[in-house]
Amino acid sequence: MISGKWLTFLDEVGAIGNFAGRFFREGLKPRYEWQELFRQCFIIGYKSLPLVGITAAIMGLVLTVQSRPTLAEFGAESWLPAMVAVSVVREIGPVITALICAGKIGSSIGAELGSMKVTEQIDAMEVSGTNPFKYLVVTRVLATTLMLPVLVIIADLLALYASYLGVNIKDAVSFKLYINQVFDALAYSDFIPAFVKSYFFGFAIGIVGCYKGYNSMKGTEGVGHSANSSVVIASLLIFVIDLIAVQFTDMLGLN
Amino acid sequence: MNDSPDKEIVIEITSLKKAFGTNKVLDGFDLNVHRGENVVVLGKSGSGKSVLIKCVVGLLKQDSGTIKVLGNEISEMKQEALDEIRVKIGFLFQNNALYDSMTVRENLEFPMRRHWFNQTKEEIDGLVKEALENVGLSHTIDMMPADLSGGMRKRIGLARTLILKPEIVLYDEPTTGLDPITGKEIVDLMMSLQKKYNISSIIISHDIQVAHKTGNKIVVLLEGKNYAEGTFEELSKNPDPKIKQFFESMQ
Repeated sequence: MISGKWLTFLDEVGAIGNFAGRFFREGLKPRYEWQELFRQCFIIGYKSLPLVGITAAIMGLVLTVQSRPTLAEFGAESWLPAMVAVSVVREIGPVITALICAGKIGSSIGAELGSMKVTEQIDAMEVSGTNPFKYLVVTRVLATTLMLPVLVIIADLLALYASYLGVNIKDAVSFKLYINQVFDALAYSDFIPAFVKSYFFGFAIGIVGCYKGYNSMKGTEGVGHSANSSVVIASLLIFVIDLIAVQFTDMLGLN
Repeated sequence: MNDSPDKEIVIEITSLKKAFGTNKVLDGFDLNVHRGENVVVLGKSGSGKSVLIKCVVGLLKQDSGTIKVLGNEISEMKQEALDEIRVKIGFLFQNNALYDSMTVRENLEFPMRRHWFNQTKEEIDGLVKEALENVGLSHTIDMMPADLSGGMRKRIGLARTLILKPEIVLYDEPTTGLDPITGKEIVDLMMSLQKKYNISSIIISHDIQVAHKTGNKIVVLLEGKNYAEGTFEELSKNPDPKIKQFFESMQ
């Protein structure tokens, strides 16, 4: 017997699935909202850069400093760049960047569309002969999907640079040697799956934020709920996608 | 009496039904709006007035009945065709629904940029300025909606509604939330712009003063039906107590 909460959960999953289906149906048809897409890419990508960059740099530095004592016990400090590089590129970079974006972008999309919904701005757009789904949803979901991998690459680079600084707190390693050690440790099988899953993370953040905002109810309370649940569901989805991705890469022998 | 029955019908609503769950909001509503006619739909709060015009513009889908706008059955239209017909229908929302992340200029430009691809920047600028002059708010062009008063927001909403020169305008409670003086100014403005652009309209209101000043025809929406219709004078003399209660507030 399925309880009420499970039914609500399954309803929600089905509704998000339908919403995602509508994204593909409407997104493929002209007219394409290029101007709004570029504007959203700027807002979502460029304006998230400081937060993502600072977090990634701190993460790279802390990971390096905290891993050193353990590696030092085994006399393996020279493995530090390789270990940090693999951790950052394969897992920490994409997941942490996605979680930060779920918080920053997911909540802002949820609140913005939610507020537009309850103040009838979405209806106003519709009656002016503009398809609000294409204008508001397709552009935002595409922008998060396209921008998240870019943010992940930048976050990885900044984390690795901060890790280089971290290595040099106690050791003296040239930048060239550090880079050589990093790239010796990394293979395409580290980079490509992480890059591919970033697209899925971006898509999840965009679609959940838009779904929650676009279906916002109950006035201002509904807007708060949309913003909040966008972050919670998107964060959860990021881990679920990560779990699926790791199983998938394992099956393909890429781990 | 007006001569509207000889004119073309721009909105034809027949046996319109719309329910939300078990709540039957519209239950066989009929209405014809002729070209150039201003029809005021009077009704109590929650009587389905807003639902009616949202069905007319396709924001809500009726359960049964037909709505023909300029000869097109709204419920059977595909999205693209519906978007085209919506350009000919203006809709003034009760709370104006101005895009609050855009300036007044961007709010007014938005519908034009979506539909009038051949217009140059200068032409769009000219039309924005004309729309703002029409409502007497030229100085607000670069302001954000949040910086405007309620009456100013209503005027900008009106300017945005009329900027595509629609043939039909649907007004949802145009004076609700405004003080009586500002309300009167908005009604005067509506009427002067209606006359200037020869617009047909449905005006949703529970305000008898608005009905008196604006309507060529008044329709009383009661129990989901077109309970009575006629000119203001005809209805104000109607002995039916259900109709009388609307007019008593005026005395």
